[in-house]
Amino acid sequence: MIFEDEPVPGYPLPILPGHTSPGRFERVLRAGQFAVTSELAPPDSADPEDVYRRARIFDGHVDAINATDGSGANCHMSSLAVCALLTRMGYAPVMQISCRDKNRIAIQGDILGGAAMGVCNLLCLTGDGVQAGDHPQALPVFDLDSVSLLETARTLRDEHRFLSGRKISYAPRLLLGAAENPFAKPCEWRAQRLAKKVAAGAQFIQTQFCYDVPLLRAFMRQVEELGLLDKVFMLVGVGPLRSAKAAEWIRTHVPGVHIPDAIIKRLAGASDAALEGRKLCIDLIQEIRTVKGVHGVHVMAYRQEETVAEIIERSGVLGGRVPWYPGRDPQANTDRMAS
Amino acid sequence: MYAVRQWSVRHARGLNAFYRSFESALVALHPLWKRLGYQRLERPVAAVERSVKGLLFDCRMCGQCILSSTGMSCPMNCPKNLRNGPCGGVRADGHCEVRPEMKCVWTEAVAGSARIAGGMEALRQVQVPVDRRLQGRSSWLRVVRERVGEL
Repeated sequence: MIFEDEPVPGYPLPILPGHTSPGRFERVLRAGQFAVTSELAPPDSADPEDVYRRARIFDGHVDAINATDGSGANCHMSSLAVCALLTRMGYAPVMQISCRDKNRIAIQGDILGGAAMGVCNLLCLTGDGVQAGDHPQALPVFDLDSVSLLETARTLRDEHRFLSGRKISYAPRLLLGAAENPFAKPCEWRAQRLAKKVAAGAQFIQTQFCYDVPLLRAFMRQVEELGLLDKVFMLVGVGPLRSAKAAEWIRTHVPGVHIPDAIIKRLAGASDAALEGRKLCIDLIQEIRTVKGVHGVHVMAYRQEETVAEIIERSGVLGGRVPWYPGRDPQANTDRMAS
Repeated sequence: MYAVRQWSVRHARGLNAFYRSFESALVALHPLWKRLGYQRLERPVAAVERSVKGLLFDCRMCGQCILSSTGMSCPMNCPKNLRNGPCGGVRADGHCEVRPEMKCVWTEAVAGSARIAGGMEALRQVQVPVDRRLQGRSSWLRVVRERVGEL
């Protein structure tokens, strides 16, 4: 889809009635399109080209790009900086903020700074524990948690003030998101936790990897019973598995990722496991799409980001729609630049 | 102590009932506390609170106790200090991502809350960020002063 006021880099979009951000991602969601997001692993480098190269790989296939914030508690370029680089090009980043490394003073400052640099989407996370990463000696901060972080961001945006009460002269205009894991214990309380996040300000949710659609359906039924279906946009996490061995490793070593035996068996029985992993991902996307209340998918393909375009293409979920990327509409851009 | 802490969650209903009457008694004695002086009472009461709640709940003395909203499972024992529910990293056996030998304090909190009348509703409240200045101070005295409208 093409918005007639599609941006050129540096041009903010007009904010539409009922929207809380001037962003393209919110427009796609509110227009009822099936949205696709993916994740950019920030580089271990100070070269902006490393960021752009990682973003370009998704061109034409995703509506927004998540910039992770020290994912797995490993040190990389900051999500704020990655987002600042991406907005220069006109990309729509989702700035992830984790509570692990920063206290409420730093976090509120980053939210203002991000918004000033054109960030329209925020994903509020608790973050992995420091023991998971490459600096286990570090101080885990956790001054806020994901829910109080959401409420903090909403306070900045809607009440135009810091947590301290001090006024903000120009409030950040953001779409607020959170994560949820429908597949982790206590499963029976996960929908309630989602309700809490929605109450605290979450407008969209990106879930943990889904390899168990029946469990997702059960979760979504609970979400529906809580009356949340029209209050939050649900993007379900998916990703290709490289091999049965990799899947086995992930489910034993990455806390919170649930992979049923049937999936492992399917990969083990395939002659080309990586190809089967991508096929499986496409099948999952197509099945997830039919689940009531799902508005999109979040494709996480760490270290195999090049597979995302093919997976999205072959799943057909975009229905011929080409999400904006720099250079998609060369003529329109030149015209607008000239005016 | 971990074993006692788990016992406390299993007996969340009884402990919560006891806690409520204990709180009412403390509130009723407000004139006495006021005469003795809250400032003067702070240290000895905090010391008693630390030992009693330390034994029963592995209390971390955050100074703003929400045990009755978390099924008598102290959320400050969560390595991420989460006060609004479990993170997404809870293991398949219901244990903690950071400390695998420990049950997730939030799976415990949900179990404990189910045993308390109105516990599940209390679990739904969004908890505000911790005021770190209250670390080490008595939560009991604070509750009394809040209840009588002095804070």
